[in-house]
Amino acid sequence: MIDDFLLRAGLAGFAVAMAGGPLGCLIVWRRMAYFGDALAHGALLGVVLGLAAGIDPQLGTGALALAMALLLILARRRRRLASDTLLGILSHGALAAGLVGASLMAAFNADLLAYLFGDILAVGRADLYWILGAGALALGALGLAWRPLVAGTVHEELAIAEGLKVDRANLLLMLAMAAFVAVAMKAVGVLLTTAMLILPAAAARRFARSPEEMAGFASLAGVLSVILGLAGAVAFDIPAGPSIVLAALVLFAAGSSLPDRLKS
Amino acid sequence: MPGEPLIAAHGLCHGFGRAEVLHDIDLAVEAGEIVTLIGPNGSGKSTLVRLLLGILVPERGTVRRRPGLVIGYVPQHFQVDPALPLTVRRFLMLASSNTRSIDRAAADAGIGELAQRPVAGLSGGERQRALIARALARDPQLLVLDEPTQGIDVNGQIELHDLVQRLRRERGVGVLMVSHDLHLVMAATDRVICLNRHICCAGRPETVSAHPEFLALFGAAAAPALAIYRHRHDHRHDLTGDVVGHSPFHRHDSEPGAP
Repeated sequence: MIDDFLLRAGLAGFAVAMAGGPLGCLIVWRRMAYFGDALAHGALLGVVLGLAAGIDPQLGTGALALAMALLLILARRRRRLASDTLLGILSHGALAAGLVGASLMAAFNADLLAYLFGDILAVGRADLYWILGAGALALGALGLAWRPLVAGTVHEELAIAEGLKVDRANLLLMLAMAAFVAVAMKAVGVLLTTAMLILPAAAARRFARSPEEMAGFASLAGVLSVILGLAGAVAFDIPAGPSIVLAALVLFAAGSSLPDRLKS
Repeated sequence: MPGEPLIAAHGLCHGFGRAEVLHDIDLAVEAGEIVTLIGPNGSGKSTLVRLLLGILVPERGTVRRRPGLVIGYVPQHFQVDPALPLTVRRFLMLASSNTRSIDRAAADAGIGELAQRPVAGLSGGERQRALIARALARDPQLLVLDEPTQGIDVNGQIELHDLVQRLRRERGVGVLMVSHDLHLVMAATDRVICLNRHICCAGRPETVSAHPEFLALFGAAAAPALAIYRHRHDHRHDLTGDVVGHSPFHRHDSEPGAP
């Protein structure tokens, strides 16, 4: 029999991995890794604000991530600063504010490491429902907008000229991103969230002959990483979050030696 | 050509920040008509195209499209990240789900054999043909081509212009083209619009090439902005109506077939 806590950890991990597959592909294709990092770093501030406001910390995280995403879109339109500068300011500003806020909350200090690196083995029943719900929300948003998202990734202006609703699709992408950040923080923590987007997608690239294949394989690579990572965590008594990310890294490295299935 | 134009712009003004890039532009493209936009770098050609396509929203003025208008667009810049596994076939399917239209478009653009190749690995000319195929795959009533011949060799350019003529003749497609190649423009266009932030002059190629504003713009050939015009010297002779000089760099096989 699998222990209850391990089952819950596994299910939570699978939800993160499934949503992270297609989302991670979009992040990789659109070169938005740093954007993902910024939202993830803001998650800690989201927890603090959520606790201060008396709402669920994950809801606070999701709401703040969405607000940051919209703020970044608006700021980028004004083109005063380069994108990566803007992201760096917001990313580290939010992380610093989150750390300061956490230190001011007496109840928080013990949990800080759990938020930074995740504590998937401590996922409770209520947490699990949140995670499954947010994972489904992220997948649903991506599914609804997949075609315009892929077309917009290939060439945004071309997609607009062809009459696709690119703005709406980008908004749904931000919603999926916010939901994912809220979920992944619990599993692998604020600092490793982006890894669960980028590593499985990068590992899937060589095996894929279409965008959809890559999204599916990325989810699969994520699920494998969760299984291997959790097994490693239990066997060697190491922290589960970093162990999952390491497993994803091993998968990526193993896949890198294989030839590309899409021949030039 | 009678009837409502496919697309019509009235009094378009647009600027980025404080500088006005386009001022009071009126423009219409009818079905079965080939209109070419020319103008020096920075004259607002691509901005005008973006306004017409709805990619940018004009600060003033209106763009009216015939209801249900289907547009095929070939953008000026195009690059796919190698991380995106996308075959040429799938690229065309982004524009249309009609496989017959896709097959015909691929054949028309001469990329039938590229179907399973990744878009990120195409050469410049192949990429341009793939873009043209994608525009055609939508069975458009209006084709908008922003420098469609870039990266395509001379024979390919002639093929493209023949194809455009054929689409106009057989399917009544209207064409709005941005071109740097004045030579081809003059041979294959019904109407030329010479743009330099405002419309300097417009009309049949012969008329435009004799217009003082056109000559002021393109006659100032020493200006570095115009250095991108290849065979500039020959062109000037062309446009002023003189016989084209036969230089070793400008053989006549680079000319399009007379219509």
